[in-house]
Order: sequence, then structure tokens, then C-alpha cells
Amino acid sequence: MNGPHDLGGQMGFGPIAAERNEPYFHAEWEKRALGITLSCGTFGAWTLDESRHARESIPPADYLAASYYEVWIRGIDTLLERHGFASREELSSGQHIAQGVRPKRVLKADMVESVLAKGGACDRPVQTAARFAVGDQVRTKNFHPLGHTRLPRYARAKRGVVEAVQGGFVFPDDNAHGNGENPQWVYTVVFTGDEIWGEGADPSLTISIDAWESYLERM
Amino acid sequence: MVHDHNHSDDHDAHDEHHGHHHDNQYLDMQARVKALETLLTDKGLIDPAAIDAIVDTYETKVGPRNGAKVVARAWSDPAFATWLKSDATAAIASLGFAGRQGEHMRAVFNTSESHNMVVCTLCSCYPWAVLGLPPVWYKAPAYRSRAVIDPRGVLEEFGVALPDGVKIRVWDSTAELRYLVVPLRPVGTEGFSEEQLADLVTRDAMIGTGLALAPEDIR
Repeated sequence: MNGPHDLGGQMGFGPIAAERNEPYFHAEWEKRALGITLSCGTFGAWTLDESRHARESIPPADYLAASYYEVWIRGIDTLLERHGFASREELSSGQHIAQGVRPKRVLKADMVESVLAKGGACDRPVQTAARFAVGDQVRTKNFHPLGHTRLPRYARAKRGVVEAVQGGFVFPDDNAHGNGENPQWVYTVVFTGDEIWGEGADPSLTISIDAWESYLERM
Repeated sequence: MVHDHNHSDDHDAHDEHHGHHHDNQYLDMQARVKALETLLTDKGLIDPAAIDAIVDTYETKVGPRNGAKVVARAWSDPAFATWLKSDATAAIASLGFAGRQGEHMRAVFNTSESHNMVVCTLCSCYPWAVLGLPPVWYKAPAYRSRAVIDPRGVLEEFGVALPDGVKIRVWDSTAELRYLVVPLRPVGTEGFSEEQLADLVTRDAMIGTGLALAPEDIR
């Protein structure tokens, strides 16, 4: 979707505002927000792709006004309600009203080390041969799907070159919506600054994205 | 972009005191997240001790010192650098760093001709296993919007002026590959131990918004 999260090339957000010796958390609630998000992720009820889509579906004005952990909390509220773990009423009141769905797994303290160490690999075998090879000239698709995609707007309908074939990975555009992992080949595709930004582009700039095969057309 | 919410003007303060919230307004994040943690704990969906363990992991165990060790090893050991170039996930795992948001690593090496910079324009993808949790600026709209269109301007704000003729390559982390920048080894570090070298490797140098420190910078 063309949501507020798709920020590449937008303007007006001001300087970067890096902080010297920045702490990992700026408030106690940010620590809890991280922990709640990771804990709920281990229910196994939704995928990382679905959680990304829940965040990017926050109304644009709210998304851009929120700190990043607020974005996470808004996302987790959506997911908890959608999957029946908590009702909207419970989430807005904080009161436990009904039991709701039971998860497949609840993260306990003694599981944390192994769960974090294991991570969640999303490379998968792909049954077909890779359609593109290093050096191939490709054009990215021009599309504006209503659902989740990882092809940013600034890189649509652009000509680039395949720089690496990265392997097969779960396809987020399907996986975010419960439509299966449907793995595809992923390629690193590199573009000139001029191709992406046109007039006035930095001539010394190249930009790459990692693109699923169906985002690409042969030139 | 750490800031308080900025839309509290017309909100009923009475509601907020009682932990109730409009659906589209998250006013008091400390209260909101505390209520959420209590609700989910009451429902048996989360374990507060697991949250403590997650926070402890990312405050004390997993951080940019991991990545600095990888870079220092690559500077010291050409065979390791070659391995890191061809199979970063395995090379990094050999030093004991793996797991969540480090499942599919790629290392990109700066040269005297080309400088690498990493961004996630769509969300906040970041190599947690080697760099820990990302700083706020990395997740905020200013960096995510500008890194791809004005990387030189961004670098200037970080105090980095690249020599004339150095090209810039921006890597937008749009898929599940996570990028670690291997900065150029500073001059005057011949004979340094890996530990001494690691002290010169900053988090920002491994994102590409900084350079490795010179020995005189830390004396």
C-alpha cells in the first residue's frame, strides 16, 4: 500500500537529529513495548510481514506523529484484536473482560535466550530456477497494490541491473495477508541516482533495493 | 524523533486518568503500555519476566560491540574478510553472533572509491545481531526519507565529508537481508590488536553514517 511508512525521497522532515551517547530506551514504557511486541510475536499467530503491514496501516497523520515504539504498540493492538486475543474494548479500557483465543505458545523468561538466538529465518527453497542472473537489465513493476508490498514507491517503474541473486525468500506481499509463504527468488537490483531522481540527482550516487522476482520485468 | 504526542489539546483529561483512550489517540504511553502489559499478563498471554529478559539482552548483551569485533577481525585476518564477503551469516556466526535480525547477513566493504550507507526506507530493518537495537534517528522519517535522495547531505550532518570522487552506494533494506558496513581501516593502526581495532569501530561507521575513528580520536 502507498502508506505513510514508504518514506524514501519524501521531504520536509528536517535534520537527522542524531543524539550523542543515545540510550537504547528513552522511557520505561519503550522497554515494555519492545518486550510485549516480541512476546506476542512468539504466539505464532501472525508473521513479521503481517506485523509490518499492521504498522503501515496506521493512518498517515498518526503514523508520522508517533514515536517508533508507539507505532509498534498501535500495531500490536491491531494484531491482538484481529486474531482474537483481546477485544477492542479490553485494549482501550485495559480491563480483562473475556478470555479470548489461546496462543500456541507463550514466551516465558527461560525461553527468551533460545528464542532470540534462534531468530526467524525466512529463506526458503524455490522450485523454479532463478529467472534473472547477475548483470541482467531489469525494470521494476509499476503497481500500487492495496495490500503489503516491499517495493518502495521511489523504485517503481525504474531501470536497474541485477547485482546479486540472494536466494529464495518468503514473499511478503502474500505472507502478510495469510496467503501463504509462496517463496520467490530475491535479487539485489542497483539503480543510478539519475534513474531514480532524474534532474539534479547526485551523479556519484547508486541505490540498491532487494527485490522479489515478481517485482521485476526483463528489459 | 523522540517527542511527546502532540495532539492532546482537545482530549478529555478525565478519560486519560482512568486509562481510557480514543481509538485514534494514544495519549499517555506510559499508562497505555502499563495497562496493556497488565491485561496481557492477566490473560496469561505474556510473562513480565520474559520482557525483563528481552530488555536485558538488548541493553547488556547484544549491541554494536558485536559488530565492532566482526570488523576488527576482518581488518586483521584477510581469510576472515574473504569469508565475510562471501558468506557473512556464517562468518559472523563463527564469532558467536547470530539470531533475531541477523539471520541473513551481508557485509559490504568500503573502499577508497566507494562508500556504503544502509537504510530501511519502509520500516526499521537493522542487523540487531551485530548492532543491537537501532538508534531513534535510524527509525525516524528524516533519515529514512533523505538517505536515498540526499546521502551526502545526511553524511554532512554526521560530520562526514567524503573525499572528492568517492562514490556513494545506498543499500535500502527492503527484504530480509541485513547489511553491515565494513569501514576502511584507519591509517596508523599497523600492529594494533583486534581489541584495539574494535575500539575504533563505531556503530555509525557500521551503518555507513560515520567512518572508523582514527587512533588519535580515542587517546
